[in-house]
Amino acid sequence: MGWGFVGPFVAVFAFVFLAPIAYAIWLSLFRTRLIGGTGFVGLDNYGQAFVDPQFWESAGRVSLFLVVQVPIMLFLALLVALAIDSGRLYGKAFFRVAVFMPYAVPAVVATLMWGFMYGSRFGLVGNINDVFGLSLPDPLSPDLLLASIGNIVTWEFVGYNMLIFYSALQVVPQSLYEAAEIDGADQWGVIRWIKLPAIRGVLLIATIFSIIGSFQLFNEPNILQSLAPNVITTHYTPNMYAYSLSFSGQQYDYSATVAIVMGIITVVVAYAVQLRGTRKGH
Amino acid sequence: MLGAKRPRRSPLLTVLTGIVLIYSLVPLGWLFINATKSQAGLFDSFGLWFTGDFSLFENIGATLAYDDGVFVRWLLNTLLYVVLGAGGATVLATLGGYGLAKFDFPGKRAVFATVIGAVAVPGTALAVPTFLMFSKLGLTNTPWAVIIPSLISPFGLYLMCTYATQAIPNGLMEAARMDGAGELRTFLRVCVPLLAPGIVTVALFTMVATWNNYFLPLIMLKDPDWYPLTLGLNAWNDQAATAGGQAIFHLVITGSLLTILPLLAAFLFLQRYWQSGLATGGVKD
Repeated sequence: MGWGFVGPFVAVFAFVFLAPIAYAIWLSLFRTRLIGGTGFVGLDNYGQAFVDPQFWESAGRVSLFLVVQVPIMLFLALLVALAIDSGRLYGKAFFRVAVFMPYAVPAVVATLMWGFMYGSRFGLVGNINDVFGLSLPDPLSPDLLLASIGNIVTWEFVGYNMLIFYSALQVVPQSLYEAAEIDGADQWGVIRWIKLPAIRGVLLIATIFSIIGSFQLFNEPNILQSLAPNVITTHYTPNMYAYSLSFSGQQYDYSATVAIVMGIITVVVAYAVQLRGTRKGH
Repeated sequence: MLGAKRPRRSPLLTVLTGIVLIYSLVPLGWLFINATKSQAGLFDSFGLWFTGDFSLFENIGATLAYDDGVFVRWLLNTLLYVVLGAGGATVLATLGGYGLAKFDFPGKRAVFATVIGAVAVPGTALAVPTFLMFSKLGLTNTPWAVIIPSLISPFGLYLMCTYATQAIPNGLMEAARMDGAGELRTFLRVCVPLLAPGIVTVALFTMVATWNNYFLPLIMLKDPDWYPLTLGLNAWNDQAATAGGQAIFHLVITGSLLTILPLLAAFLFLQRYWQSGLATGGVKD
């Protein structure tokens, strides 16, 4: 009987998840040459990816993005969740909804908006420079662009993560707080010894989702490309690389290989973080 | 919250948290303010304040009318993708989550393991192979290429499964069966009402995912007539960068505002449901 309910999901899942994975693996074993057509090449494509400087440059860039942006975003989200949960804010319902709002904004609109604000033509940066006679650094310059993208992604997802943390804090059993009160724990003690341990599972899930998100970075740099064409190359992130290999280069086999290698890296990193996170819990 | 005492409100904490609040709201304020400016006003006024002439309604009219009303077409496309894609995803996740939570059947553990494992596979890594597969099947450049992949939400399935486990007492299902109700009837009449907050939560989150989708339609669709709003807005923005293209930044900004309003409204009006759905459902470990 259970299959009657689960069957439809599993059928579509097989078609849009499992079949493409299998197809990508199949494709990655072939190569199309100008002369001789498409032939089986075994693991040659993987060998090529392994020594491809463009691929590793893009993978390095999203790794840097990951280790800087994800901790900042999750830390901010946690602070706001704890502040709202503490019950010490004026207008806490407004805080909860307003900080969450950017999550409902499409990445395209978020990037266009921030892109306009970053701009020197009619952007805020240009305005502030004019009004105060400053010369703030250009957020779209090569040195700052990755940080500017990090700011957009943080803006989009800080509220979402805050809400996930806050929801988890809401279901912490009241009895734990009462026990802490009897023990004379202060605010920080309650946070350190009760709240954080209670939501560590959710913190871990949010971290893993953020890692997956960082490795997939595509929308924001792709949309900013028209504002900073010289900085954002076609291999700025692994996903942009796979995309341009397919759609400008017609190298479908190699593009599939890049996608698979990046998928494997993601799974390995996510799994390592999960192992570490669960081991610390004991 | 400690014990039965109401904690004292703290102005200092409110101000500090207010920094994040301002950070979250300033870009939205910027968008609204600048949607009230004409194209010329955009360039010669301060970004965070209004200009003398209030052109919001002119801008909305121009956005809807530009290029024979293509914006309206994109809006209708987006609605189509949301209703069929997110609607279908919600139905599949609800059925599947309920089935996994309330029945024992061979292969159940394998389904769980595969779906959870699939969450770790970057969705966009699947996009290129999915495109190639769909193009072999002749589905690219049709609405189906956007709708079918949107039908699967592993997060939605997970959330429904946890929600159903907690929200539906087994005794209630037994009672309905004793009264001679079939499985489908038990599900529809007894269980769906209990699952309502979870269903609203999944519906909202799949709706956001479909409404905001960019990468999938970008690779699947060539014909601007099938674009969703996200692709259309980006095309308008890029238009200024192409040789001989007309710069229409005021329309990009007003169009962006029109694009986000329906989702913001949905989240505001359905708050009660999705907040309780999240609290009871997927986020507990």
